[in-house]
Amino acid sequence: KIKYVRRTEENTTPASIQAKPAPSGTAHARSNSAPRRRRRGRPDPPHQAARMAAASAAKRMLPDGGADDEERWLAEGIAGVQQNAFYMHRALDSNNLKDALKYSAQMLSELRTSRLSPHKYYELYMRAFDEMRKLEMFFREETRRGSCSVVDLYELVQHAGNVLPRLYLLCTVGSVYIKSKEAPAKDVLKDLVEMCRGIQHPLRGLFLRSYLSQISRDKLPDIGSEYEGDADSINDAVEFVLQNFIEMNKLWVRMQHQGPVREKEKRGKERNELRDLVGKNLHVLSQIEGVDLDMYKETVLPRILEQVVNCKDDLAQFYLMDCIIQVFPDEYHLQTLETLLSAFPQLQPNVDIKTVLSALMDRLSNYAASSPEVLPEFLQVEAFAKFSNAIGKVIEAQPDMPVVGAVTLYVSLLTFTLRVHPDRLDYVDQVLGACVKKLSGKAKLEDSRATKQIVALLSAPLEKYSNIVTALELSNYPRVMDYLDNATTKVMAVVIIQSIMKNTTCISTSDKIEALFDLIKGLIKDMDGAQDDELDEEDFKEEQNSVARLIHMLHNDDHEEMLKILCTVQKHILQGGPKRLTFTVPSLVFSALKLVRRLQGQDGDVTGEDVPATPKKIFQILHQTIEALSCVPSPELALRLYLQCAEAANDCDLEPVAYEFFTQAFILYEEEIADSKAQITAIHLIIGTLQRMNIFGVENRDTLTHKTTGYSAKLLKKPDQCRAVYACSHLFWTDDQDGIMDGERVLLCLKRALRIANAAQQMANATRGSSGSVTLFIEILNKYLYFFEKGIPQITNTVIQDLIELIRTEKQSDNTVADPSTEAFFASTLRYIEFQKQKGGSIGEKYEQIKTT
Amino acid sequence: MVLVLALGDLHNPHRAPDLPAKFKSMLVPGKIQHIICTGNLCNKEVHDYLKSLCPDLHITRGEYDEDARYPETKTLTIGQFKLGLCHGHQVVPWGDLDSLAMLQRQLDVDILVTGHTHQFKAYKHEGGVVINPGSATGAYSSITYDVNPSFVLMDIDGLRVVVYVYELIDGEVKVDKIDFKKTATTHA
Repeated sequence: KIKYVRRTEENTTPASIQAKPAPSGTAHARSNSAPRRRRRGRPDPPHQAARMAAASAAKRMLPDGGADDEERWLAEGIAGVQQNAFYMHRALDSNNLKDALKYSAQMLSELRTSRLSPHKYYELYMRAFDEMRKLEMFFREETRRGSCSVVDLYELVQHAGNVLPRLYLLCTVGSVYIKSKEAPAKDVLKDLVEMCRGIQHPLRGLFLRSYLSQISRDKLPDIGSEYEGDADSINDAVEFVLQNFIEMNKLWVRMQHQGPVREKEKRGKERNELRDLVGKNLHVLSQIEGVDLDMYKETVLPRILEQVVNCKDDLAQFYLMDCIIQVFPDEYHLQTLETLLSAFPQLQPNVDIKTVLSALMDRLSNYAASSPEVLPEFLQVEAFAKFSNAIGKVIEAQPDMPVVGAVTLYVSLLTFTLRVHPDRLDYVDQVLGACVKKLSGKAKLEDSRATKQIVALLSAPLEKYSNIVTALELSNYPRVMDYLDNATTKVMAVVIIQSIMKNTTCISTSDKIEALFDLIKGLIKDMDGAQDDELDEEDFKEEQNSVARLIHMLHNDDHEEMLKILCTVQKHILQGGPKRLTFTVPSLVFSALKLVRRLQGQDGDVTGEDVPATPKKIFQILHQTIEALSCVPSPELALRLYLQCAEAANDCDLEPVAYEFFTQAFILYEEEIADSKAQITAIHLIIGTLQRMNIFGVENRDTLTHKTTGYSAKLLKKPDQCRAVYACSHLFWTDDQDGIMDGERVLLCLKRALRIANAAQQMANATRGSSGSVTLFIEILNKYLYFFEKGIPQITNTVIQDLIELIRTEKQSDNTVADPSTEAFFASTLRYIEFQKQKGGSIGEKYEQIKTT
Repeated sequence: MVLVLALGDLHNPHRAPDLPAKFKSMLVPGKIQHIICTGNLCNKEVHDYLKSLCPDLHITRGEYDEDARYPETKTLTIGQFKLGLCHGHQVVPWGDLDSLAMLQRQLDVDILVTGHTHQFKAYKHEGGVVINPGSATGAYSSITYDVNPSFVLMDIDGLRVVVYVYELIDGEVKVDKIDFKKTATTHA
């Protein structure tokens, strides 16, 4: 049988001593009369002098500091502990139980202080705690040796005068008592947890109960434990921990309401430091073997939640809810989801529910991801519906919750549903819809954290499905995007495009492309109120290049649908304004030209009016599109694209179309391209393209070639004129079947080039006193050789021989400085002639007459 | 032994979104000593990417390149070989071997690398080589139908150069090899 003492409050006279055996009463009377400062009049422990000196030094420096006072109080407390511990050890060494109890009680009396903050109190407590372990070992030795029975000890310690030391000693002996198995663990624990009610001071009570929790952890009558008792043993274990938890939480909460109002914030901080003492109990509960799902469902969770909800304390509710989620296993949460979630809307309005609820969803998401075998469980308990419902209720219950909080909740719910129900696109849309509902009526978001969460919300489905087409089916997706500011809309658009490129997703219907362009409209056109000057040039280029790449991903093998796609893309990109067109138009042009080529591969009967996808139709689109570019103005690019189209039209046998494209190119050349270098490149492109055209009738061809040679001869610099003119010679001689073979005009071009080379030479002589254009003559010589081999009758070996001699003369003329590259060019040309001679056959014969030396 | 990567006509992003992934996984930094690019990249990101593969990068200007710093032609010497580089839109008729041979004589090079046609070509010609690495992205071309992405790797060793052509055909990379030996008499 256990003998025990009941006290209602510490430091009070024993008003209600239970009618139990005697010793407690006398013990009480004696201790109460003991002087408060017992260490006076006793020899100082070795280091006390040093401590005093340090404390007084500190005091001099900071005369009135509260922190300084606290330091001093702590130092005094520690000194008290050490001093009494010193005597306790001496008593232990000499097996003097009576003195050991006396000094341990005095040591523990130091914990009765009310002057320390939790942090300092903890330090003091730890000192005493270490000493108590030694005392406990002594008790165990004593009882094992049989010099004192544990029952007697249990009674003896109750003689301590003050309730706090008495209860610490009682817990310590209680631990030994349980270990001795002389009484059932449950009885001792029940006794102890009840007795601890004697301390109602929050800080002292919390630490005492924490001590109780600490020493009893390994002695619970758990199933399978050596302390397991009768059938209901596990209930006793759980009941004990729960009761200790509930009492501790009450003390913890009460702490908030003691002391002056102005220190409320400080108290909140101090309480936060103590939270783990309370939470530890939940951890212990989760470690009890006997707490199975049923037990958890029926007893543990409801009791904890009851306490959490009823304590009506912000800090406790937030911390404990989080604690529950962290310490108990995932499958328990899943099976008790309804109970757990039902607590959330009942929490105080200022509790940061979103963090806790998000933590729960994240945990369960990870659980779902851990193994596919657990997924049926989620379906069975309808986890999504429950979460969705709970979030709705929480948002309703907390109308002041900032947008970022609500959106964070939706992000967690979305993550959860993507992991648990990847096949339920409707759930995803539902979450987005709920988010829109929360955002509705608000202007665009300005809170950067909320924006970040929205981006996370919108990115999650892209990552999960790696396919934008899926996201395009979500009706609420663009509606959520509408709440983003312009800059973030662009960021999101880039994310979307990157996702498409990374997964090489092909988007193949104009409807979907319409939806896609709606999502990325931030990149496609100027948004209302956007400030252009803030744009970073590099960023802008990168964004527009990404749009240009995207255009290549918009594709359908069906010609009709592809045409629709092109029209849709055109409609959108033409809204882009001058800065964007130069990036996006080329992509559209080439995408269209690819379709032209596909149509060209079909049979020729595609000109009927009822068939929309004809090359003609596409060329109209191309014409409009490039025209937009020439207004930008970006004439050089437009000219190149017109020439590309002309060539494509040539391949489609559409002479008027090809002619029109050439006309446009020529207009640009004449009116817009003024830079001499740009002119050179443009003229070479014109010559190169025109050389490949084979559909023009004589008249059209003459017009175009005439213009081209005219432009060539009007370039700014003579050498450039010369090169362009000899390149024009190819316009009159093509190797194709029924190609043009107008030797007369080839020769005209070459002669004209020679005249220009001569003029260039004379100009160089006149201005710089040197030549420098001999290389032009060698180039022309090479062209002569080219057509000589082609068999143009007007070009004979005599003509070539004359040209070689001319070059030699020019080279040797007095005022010409030898240029090694010119020398090399001439040498390699002569070597070529020799090479051709040695070939023999008809070519060798042709070259036979030409002398190279 | 020196490895030279030759490529061109990427037309990014005008005609193609990116290099094929299979090419990208083959082209790793540190293996290639020189890159010669015929032009039409057509943006800075591509330039930076090539630079990351090998800092010794030589580029000539294609008609769609905006970067005016790229020259029209360029010559460089690698080992015993003199290489010439030019995009090729300046040489009419486009892709015509005899006209390119004239450029080769003019630049006085053993190996002439040009682009523009988007069609891989390698000729031995008058004791030299004329190479067109094709389009590395398989970009649309008005000159060549059904362009396959391709590039060229030249292994230059003494008087010998082995030209490897990498071509992506129906999703598979096909490699061809052309051997070329320089005769000591080619140049004085």
